[in-house]
Amino acid sequence: MPDLPGRLPASFTTPGNASFVDFLASHDPSLLPAGRGLPPGELPASPHGTTIVALRHAGGVVMAGDRRATAGSMIASRQIEKVHPADHYSAIGIAGTAGLALELVRLFQLELEHYEKIEGAVLSLDGKANRLATMVRGGLGLAMQGLAVLPLFGGYDADRGAGRIFSYDVTGGRYEESDHHAVGSGSVFARGSLKKLWRPRLPEGDAIEVAVHALVDAADDDSATGGPDLVRRIWPTVAVVDMDGYRAVGPDELADVVARVDAARREDEQR
Amino acid sequence: MSMPFYVSPEQLMKDRADYARKGIARGRSVVVVGYDEGIAFATENPSAALHKISEIYDRIAFAAVGKYNEFENLRVAGIRYADLRGYSYDRSDVSARALANAYAQTLGTVFTTESKPLEVELAVAEVGATPDADQIYRLSYDGSVSDERRFVVMGGQADQLTARMEDGWRAGMDLGGAVSLAVAALGSHGEDEPRRIEPGQLEVAVLDRTRPRRAFRRLRTDAVADLLAAGA
Repeated sequence: MPDLPGRLPASFTTPGNASFVDFLASHDPSLLPAGRGLPPGELPASPHGTTIVALRHAGGVVMAGDRRATAGSMIASRQIEKVHPADHYSAIGIAGTAGLALELVRLFQLELEHYEKIEGAVLSLDGKANRLATMVRGGLGLAMQGLAVLPLFGGYDADRGAGRIFSYDVTGGRYEESDHHAVGSGSVFARGSLKKLWRPRLPEGDAIEVAVHALVDAADDDSATGGPDLVRRIWPTVAVVDMDGYRAVGPDELADVVARVDAARREDEQR
Repeated sequence: MSMPFYVSPEQLMKDRADYARKGIARGRSVVVVGYDEGIAFATENPSAALHKISEIYDRIAFAAVGKYNEFENLRVAGIRYADLRGYSYDRSDVSARALANAYAQTLGTVFTTESKPLEVELAVAEVGATPDADQIYRLSYDGSVSDERRFVVMGGQADQLTARMEDGWRAGMDLGGAVSLAVAALGSHGEDEPRRIEPGQLEVAVLDRTRPRRAFRRLRTDAVADLLAAGA
């Protein structure tokens, strides 16, 4: 049936779907990242975001990301934010092509809010993680052309009363991580660091410090990961998700954490 | 071959309007009322799952009376419309006025072109930074829109309830006062003794201007009971 002028189009009033992504796919697929075919040719250098770490602690999950974006050997941004709230009880961190990654975050946030408004209920943490897997899989075509985006997802599972972490691969594989995980170019070094510093049931403050330690270790060996910038006072983005919801750790608290991490490293050097 | 009877356009529209009006008057009323820190919505609704009041966007909410399946469809369309607009432009570019226009066009088109009009009446409200910046739009089954101040009553014996609201409404009322007034109006019966409505039978929600970003909040039964006790 053709749409009558002025009236809300039929795709708006079709019942039975609480997904914003599915709605976009039926209404106007060109608005979706996966809906845009790319012509053949060389891709100009575009900003890439790098290292994200996440770890479970006593109350939930801590997620942290450095602030650097690189385009080739250039530093494209010193203060990009790569850890975002997905909804009130979960956080998403992103590594990969910055433009598409930020669009994925925006779309995922909207997807969760849209479901919540239409259904009047919040998705389960597994439901959210699966939804994100579908969206990552939708970007497989772009990933094959060199525009990969890899998220790290963490949240508080109210049914289990604990934090959980999920990692992904470009084909949409979803893997639950038991204790901690890192993604992005500096992830190898960050993972090594996490392995040595993480303990079960860490208190929140210690968990934040471990996350910053891991990022500093990544920045030490990976040129695409930026460490804390003491001159400009640019700190990593750190978020805590527990039973009270998502909380971004403030700059004053982070300055203290960075100072402690710095002091610990100096002590190690002098030995 | 039999010839169809001639029906004048006046008669046709009048029949449709009567049909829609009857359907809407059968349901229970919804009251939308402004208070000092936002806009409150109240209706008698024993179901905790089938809502008549809903969040649309950060500062925008929706209330409806009439046939559930028809307004539920419009509610979902409104959320899709608002989310798409916010995604394409910016969250601050989603307005109640644009949404009310889209609803008005839809209701109007259905009223004139389809065999059955939608038996619904809607209110779209947007909370502003101050009470003066609040907007409440009321939409009728035929697509007519009105920009309301202070309060809106829809469905059921809307005329009687409006008179009760007129009597009780004061500028700068607090939430307790606004909800108590709305519930008193919902229970009023013209000249008869007003009915007392139990908090468990009420669906109450607010757009609270003091909340960051998403202003919509449903009030639970115990919160409603406290408000009614304080406002009485």
